[in-house]
Amino acid sequence: MKLKPPSPSEVLDRFRETEVWKSMFRPGSIFRKGYKDTSRDRALATMNNVLYHLHPVKMKRHGLKLTYTFCLGGLSFFLFIVLTVTGIFLMFFYRPMADVGGAVAYGDMQSIRTSVFFGDLVRNLHRWGAHLMVLTVTLHMARVFYTGAYKPPREFNWVVGVILLFLTLGLSFTGYLLPWDQLAIWAVTVGTSLAGYSPFVAKQANFILLGGVVVGPQTLLRWYTLHVLALPFVTVLFLSVHFWRIRKDGGISGPL
Amino acid sequence: MAREDTPLDQETLDRVLAEELAKGTDRRVADGRARSAAVRAYRAAHGEAPAQAAAAPSGAPEAATQTQPAQAETPAAAGAQGMAAPAVAAPAVAAAVVPSPVREAPLPTGNVPEAKKGAPEKHRLLALVPPEGIQRVEREQGDRINVWPHLLIEEFVALLLMSAGMIIFSTFVNAPLRELANPNLTPNPSKAPWYFLGLQELLRYFHPLVAGVTIPFVIILAGLAAAPFIDRNPSTKPGDRKLAITMFTMLFMFGATLTIIGSFFRGTGYNWVWPWAQGVFFEL
Repeated sequence: MKLKPPSPSEVLDRFRETEVWKSMFRPGSIFRKGYKDTSRDRALATMNNVLYHLHPVKMKRHGLKLTYTFCLGGLSFFLFIVLTVTGIFLMFFYRPMADVGGAVAYGDMQSIRTSVFFGDLVRNLHRWGAHLMVLTVTLHMARVFYTGAYKPPREFNWVVGVILLFLTLGLSFTGYLLPWDQLAIWAVTVGTSLAGYSPFVAKQANFILLGGVVVGPQTLLRWYTLHVLALPFVTVLFLSVHFWRIRKDGGISGPL
Repeated sequence: MAREDTPLDQETLDRVLAEELAKGTDRRVADGRARSAAVRAYRAAHGEAPAQAAAAPSGAPEAATQTQPAQAETPAAAGAQGMAAPAVAAPAVAAAVVPSPVREAPLPTGNVPEAKKGAPEKHRLLALVPPEGIQRVEREQGDRINVWPHLLIEEFVALLLMSAGMIIFSTFVNAPLRELANPNLTPNPSKAPWYFLGLQELLRYFHPLVAGVTIPFVIILAGLAAAPFIDRNPSTKPGDRKLAITMFTMLFMFGATLTIIGSFFRGTGYNWVWPWAQGVFFEL
């Protein structure tokens, strides 16, 4: 008797029958039952997917129009993910230390550019992506304003969006210091000097921001912690509320 | 109460059934109509009381007698715990006199309720909901499409295009890295990151308290956040929103212009330069 090896599709079918594969997907998932391009399976594709947290099964047709949203909100979120991934990569090679004579942080920046595999590309992606995110978030806000999408019942989500805009600026600004080059410390010196003019709490505000009277090693450590931990954490919290409220407030606004 | 327990008038049942069948009605429909006519006839003849009496043997009196002391206990128990007993009893009285739209819930006692003896293992998906607790969701069905594939494919394409653009740009354009930070050597000009250059430009014209604190935090942050509460115009049609659109556009253009000036038209000593003549003093 000659044994015929199973065809790839047979192997795949058998794999689909295993408990492990089935446990990964909800009953009714297209990955368990197969997909036919019917209205029902299109609905199930969203419904049994983690994306169901972000997207409903059905949406208004006009929301597809590129000139309504320009995908700006989605792209901002995608940039946030790209920046998280590239940022984690950069964290492997970066130490936020800048004590006199040491300048470990700057040395790490140089080795990221010269000796880390793909280090230069990932750093470029992180830097340009950060600038781009400030831009997309700002434009997203403008789009939301021009389409009147901040009106009831979406007032609160607009407020959350304004907070997210400021968090984005905070994330970008804290990251600006980390290379510890001339550009970084002087831009931050200029930017934070404004805090010194705040009424009543000028000295305290400056001290809290810088961890001292001038931008120094303690500022670097402080801003590093804010940049890689504190601000992303707060941003994720507000992003969750932002996305949840989009769904609860009736999905995409409009049509105009 | 089971269907079989419902008292009915047998005579009416037979008569209506015969009539319906004579008309050629379907057997099931005829049966139903005859039955409802018979029950109505029985109730018309006996009043509603016998119906309750008939239900009595199936446990209603016991339930009633059990409920009575339980209700009597509630205010006493609340009183014993030092809470105002009238507060518990009052809403019931008020509800009896004037129908109030808001039902006051009794204060939480913190007691964990004990499971009833003989309670079934399954819970029933039935809840008594006060009418004011129902959230009405009214939405036009409208012209709706499936998110998969239409929206998700569009998003995926947008994401791929942006990724491709970023990777190509990052391959060819290096992010700046200047010489090691030196607190004793101030570069000329010293500029903030580009998104703060509008504010830095404002500092040329206003006192820092205005340019650094009032405008960014009071006008921009608080003003933007308050926009939906100030603009109470419900319309989203651009034609109805001329004032709002004009104001936002002015603010946006104002910010953009200041940022562009701060970025490209300011050089050594933060003095005015023409970028095509004296060069660009700008770094990302």
